[in-house]
Amino acid sequence: MANAVLWPVLAPIATAGLAALFWNFRKTQKAVSCAGTLLTFAAGLYLLARVDAEGVVAVQFGAWAAPFGITFVADRLAAAMAAITGLMALATMIFGAADIRRREERAGFHPLFHGMLAGVNGAFLTGDIFNLYVWFEIMLITAMGLLAIGRTRAQLDGVFKYAVLNLFSTLLFLLAVGMLYGVAGSLNMADIALRLREQEPSLTLVIVGVLLFCGFGIKAGYFPLFFWLPASYHTASVTVAAIFAGLLTKVGVYACFRVFTLVLPMETSGLAPVMAFIAAGTMLFGVFGAAVQWDVRRILAFHIVSQIGYMLLGLALATPAALAGGIFYIVHHIIVKANLFLIAGAIHRGSGSFDLRKGGGLLKSHPALAVLFLIPALSLGGIPPLSGFWAKFMVIDASLDAGAWWLAGLALFVGLLTLYSMSKIWAEGFWKPAPQWHRRRRTIPPAFYAAIALLAGLTVAIGLFAQPFVAYAQAAGQQLADPTPYIETVLGMRLG
Amino acid sequence: MNLTFALAISALAGCGVYMLLSRHVIRIIIGVAILSAAINLAILYSGRIASALPPVIPADISELGLDTANPLPQALILTAIVIGFALTAFASALALQLFRSNGTLDTDDLADAERLGNPFTDKDDRA
Repeated sequence: MANAVLWPVLAPIATAGLAALFWNFRKTQKAVSCAGTLLTFAAGLYLLARVDAEGVVAVQFGAWAAPFGITFVADRLAAAMAAITGLMALATMIFGAADIRRREERAGFHPLFHGMLAGVNGAFLTGDIFNLYVWFEIMLITAMGLLAIGRTRAQLDGVFKYAVLNLFSTLLFLLAVGMLYGVAGSLNMADIALRLREQEPSLTLVIVGVLLFCGFGIKAGYFPLFFWLPASYHTASVTVAAIFAGLLTKVGVYACFRVFTLVLPMETSGLAPVMAFIAAGTMLFGVFGAAVQWDVRRILAFHIVSQIGYMLLGLALATPAALAGGIFYIVHHIIVKANLFLIAGAIHRGSGSFDLRKGGGLLKSHPALAVLFLIPALSLGGIPPLSGFWAKFMVIDASLDAGAWWLAGLALFVGLLTLYSMSKIWAEGFWKPAPQWHRRRRTIPPAFYAAIALLAGLTVAIGLFAQPFVAYAQAAGQQLADPTPYIETVLGMRLG
Repeated sequence: MNLTFALAISALAGCGVYMLLSRHVIRIIIGVAILSAAINLAILYSGRIASALPPVIPADISELGLDTANPLPQALILTAIVIGFALTAFASALALQLFRSNGTLDTDDLADAERLGNPFTDKDDRA
C-alpha cells in the first residue's frame, strides 16, 4: 500500500494532538508520547522496507492526479531520512526519561516534540514545493517552542536569534517558490523539473536558484549563514539540543539535495562551483570556530556546521558516487552528532558543568561513559572501523575521482582538526583529574547510558557491516543523479 | 500597471528589510511582518493579475476559459498569511517575555545566550 508514505507523518501528528488533549494528565501524556515515538519509528522502518523493495513510492492526496493535488513521495533518500528520524526520536525519548524536567513537560514538551517530528518527516516526504514550505514552518514554530521551553534568559535570547534568522530564511524560500511558480506554472517538484527541462535558462531561474540557495543555506547552516546555530543550540536542554543537532539542519541539507538534483540540477544551474567553495568554507570555519570554545555544547554546535560542509561537498560534485557519499554522511552524522550531544548531557551530570575547564576526572569516576564517548568522537574524526571512516572515505574518494584535489585535501585536513577538538574534550573532560572542589560522586542515570549505548552501538555496527549501508547509499545516489523514476512515479507516466 | 505593482512591492520589501536591520526587537518583528506581506504580494503577482474573471467553469463547458483569473496564488497567499500570523504572534509573545525577564528590548543588551559558556570569560551562568 502506498499509504506507507503517510504513516511517518500521521503517527507524530496524531500523537501531538493526543498529547495536547492530555495536557493536564502528565502520566497519560507520557505514555501516549512513548507509544507515538515507537509508532513513528515503526512507520519509518516500514517505509524504508517498502521503498527498498519497490523503488519510489508515491501517494496523491484526495486522489487528485499530480500535478494538481499534493503528492507525498518517498525515494531511497527520503525513506532513509524518515527511518532515521524515528530512530532519533526513540533515542532522545529514552534519554529524556531521565532528563526532561516536570516543568518542561507541563510547558508542553510532548506535543511540541511530536509536532516537530511531523514537520521534519513532512519535509522529507512531500513532493510539492509549497507544501515543503508549510512543513518548514511547522518544524520552525514547534522548534522555537522546544528551544524556549525552559524560559531561562539565555534560552529566550537564543530563541529570538533563531526565530528571526529562520523566519527570514523561510521568507526567502517562499519568495523563491512564488517566482518558480511564475516561471514553471506548477508546484509539484517532479512536474516543475519536467517543465524546466524544456525551457531556456532565464534570469528569473538564476534568481530563484540564489534565493533557494540562501534560504536553505540559513536552515542548513552553511558557511557565511550559520551564525544563528552556535548562538542558540547551546541554550537548549540536552534532549532538545540532541534532536535539533541530529535532525533540523539536516532538513535544510535534504532540501538542498532534493531541489538541486531534481528541480534545478547542479550541472545546469551553474551553482556547482559556488557550492564547492561554500562546502570548503563550511568545513573549515566550523572547525575553527569549535577550536576556541570550552563549553562542550558550543564545541559540538560548531562541529555541526563543519560536518555540513562534507555533505555539501557530495552535492557540489553531483556525481552519483559523490551524492552517495553525501547521503551516507548525513545518516552517519545524524547518529553521531545526536549521540555527542547526549554525551554532553551525561558529562554535565557526571562532572557538574558543561564547561570543560571546570570538569574532569570522568575517566576515573565513569569509565563506561568514557568508552561510550570515544566511539562517536572517533567516528566524527573519521577513524576506522567506525561509520565516520566510511562516510569520509566515500566523499573524499568521490572528490578525487572528480579531480577536485583541493577539496579532498581540505576534507582530510578538517578531519584532523575535528580529532583535535574531540581530543580536547577527552583530555579536559575525561582524562584530567577532577578539581578538588567537586570530588563528590555524581551518578549518571541508566536511561542516559541506554540511549548513548544504543546510538554508539549503531555507529559501530555501521562501521563493521558497512556494505549494506554503502550499497543503499549508492542506490539512493543513483536515484538522485537520475530522477527519471522519481518523476515517472509521481506523475504516473512514462517519459519518452 | 506592472511596473507600478513591482515598484510598490519592492518599496514594501525595502521597508521590511530596513526595519529588520534595526536593533529594537519590536521593530525587527514588524520588519518581518512587512517583508512577508511584500512576498505575499509578489506571489500574487507571479500568478498574473491581468484578469478579473472568476475561475468558474460554466455548466455546459468542460474547460476553464482562457482569460480567467488564477486562483492558485490566492490559495498560497492565504496559507502564507495564516502561517505568518502564527509566527508573528509567537514572536510578539517572545518579545513580551524578553522584556519581562530583561527589562530591555535593545538587542545590544540581550546577550545572555552569548554569555552562556563564553570561552573568553570564566563565568558559567548555569551550573
